[in-house]
Amino acid sequence: MSALLQVRDLSLHYGPRVGCEDVSFDLHPGELLCIVGESGSGKSTLLNAVAAQLTPTAGSVRYRQRDGEWLELGALSEADRRRLAREEWGFVTQNPRDGLRLNVSAGANVAERLMALGMRHYSQLRATARHWLERVEIDPTRIDDAPTSFSGGMQQRLQIARTLVTQPRLVFMDEPTAGLDVSVQARILDLLRRLVNELGLAAVMVTHDLAVARLLAARTIVMQGGRVVETGLTDQILDDPQHPYTQLLVSSVLTT
Amino acid sequence: MTPRYNFAFLDEDTKRMLRRALLKAVAIPGYQVPFGSREMPLPYGWGTGGIQVTAALLGPDDVLKVIDQGADDTTNAVNIRRFFSRVAGIATTERTADATLIQTRHRIPETSLREDQILVFQVPEPEPLRTLEPREAETRTLHALADYGLMHVKLYEDIAQYGRIATSYDYPVLVDGRFLTSPSPIPKFDNPKLDRSPALMLFGAGREKRLYAIPPYTRVESLAFDDHPFELQSWEHHCALCGSNDSYLDEVVVDDSGTRMFVCSDTDYCSGHRPEARA
Repeated sequence: MSALLQVRDLSLHYGPRVGCEDVSFDLHPGELLCIVGESGSGKSTLLNAVAAQLTPTAGSVRYRQRDGEWLELGALSEADRRRLAREEWGFVTQNPRDGLRLNVSAGANVAERLMALGMRHYSQLRATARHWLERVEIDPTRIDDAPTSFSGGMQQRLQIARTLVTQPRLVFMDEPTAGLDVSVQARILDLLRRLVNELGLAAVMVTHDLAVARLLAARTIVMQGGRVVETGLTDQILDDPQHPYTQLLVSSVLTT
Repeated sequence: MTPRYNFAFLDEDTKRMLRRALLKAVAIPGYQVPFGSREMPLPYGWGTGGIQVTAALLGPDDVLKVIDQGADDTTNAVNIRRFFSRVAGIATTERTADATLIQTRHRIPETSLREDQILVFQVPEPEPLRTLEPREAETRTLHALADYGLMHVKLYEDIAQYGRIATSYDYPVLVDGRFLTSPSPIPKFDNPKLDRSPALMLFGAGREKRLYAIPPYTRVESLAFDDHPFELQSWEHHCALCGSNDSYLDEVVVDDSGTRMFVCSDTDYCSGHRPEARA
């Protein structure tokens, strides 16, 4: 099977400081890849560079579109980049307030991406929004409530609904469960795992939580100081870490 | 005419700058052209944008009409009309048919306009997406990419809250199938008059420093949903003064016990339709 995303020798420097350095990986359709590492290790930088939200200093990111054509993201125009982000990708931010439109209702938040794609039938928009609220376990009677009246976990689920409603092929997630309490985290992870399986999504997820990686990801990349120190099957990495830093990460989880 | 001022108040270089911006605006229907808005002898919000456009267009033979909410006899209209008769010495009128240039706040005259007339709108907020997207750089990008899904978010919210599109003025339009445009705060009743109008329509926002235009016979489409089409306001009443049932009516409270009457908002149209005028 051919890859969906090819990252080759990707580097991003903030002036003299290194964001990420020489990162290469492939992502296949339907695969969920986790990027783990401590705070400041370049995970989010890498994610943003891959999602074309930051411009890399060197290296290339290639993406295979629905029609099978390969796109070099560095050479993409602003218009094409936005079209991809609108039609084929989704981005879930750590803080749902960054990803949601807080001054409009939950239903409008879910329907916004559909309207951006040109859907102009109110009843259909509404039915789709209601359906997706149900899918992320939000009571559909709250469709007209403002997201500010939702709890943190509900807001995050709303953001997931808003992102997935257009059935993207590739979703980027930046610590979607950080800042939530453990039981809410578990529900959201459970939800994500189910949706990813049902929709056959490919996803790149950044997390500092190894348990999240174990639960969701088939493959994991471990980063330290902007570089990839280890990459492989998640179970392999967590059960038999080779690199001293990974060993440290894994052991620190076990001892707490 | 007061001799201390240049003709129509503004100096010739400023008028030239305004005309160049207006030419660009006409060339790209609905596109907001930045311009160097000047300090005018009236406060922002009173029509500084419209008054600068009018000043740039006026010639000695022009006949000016000024409308404020449909009326010729309200403060804003009287002041601006007197201003131009003082600084340009031009003729003014209250009759739509006699005017060559009409500056307006919040209405389009009921009387059909002609090819030899120009309508100048005073615009408080030229950016229709502003309430949804506060960043200017972002709204400009959205215009450049014709990425207008956001506007429907507002209409969606209207229907979700009120069961219908409750926006009744400043109703967003798509000009020539390309640029999302604010028609200025005219009632949506007037939106159909924008579509393929024989008269040139110019819009000036003084505080926001933007000009835009709808050239004659340009297609102007009011946004809507497939299952919630664009609808006009309608009244169960006729105008209490002229009996008209096809013009935009104002509801006026006439005494302390809450008695109301409905009258035409367009005073010129109303006076022309009264029984004594028709006889």
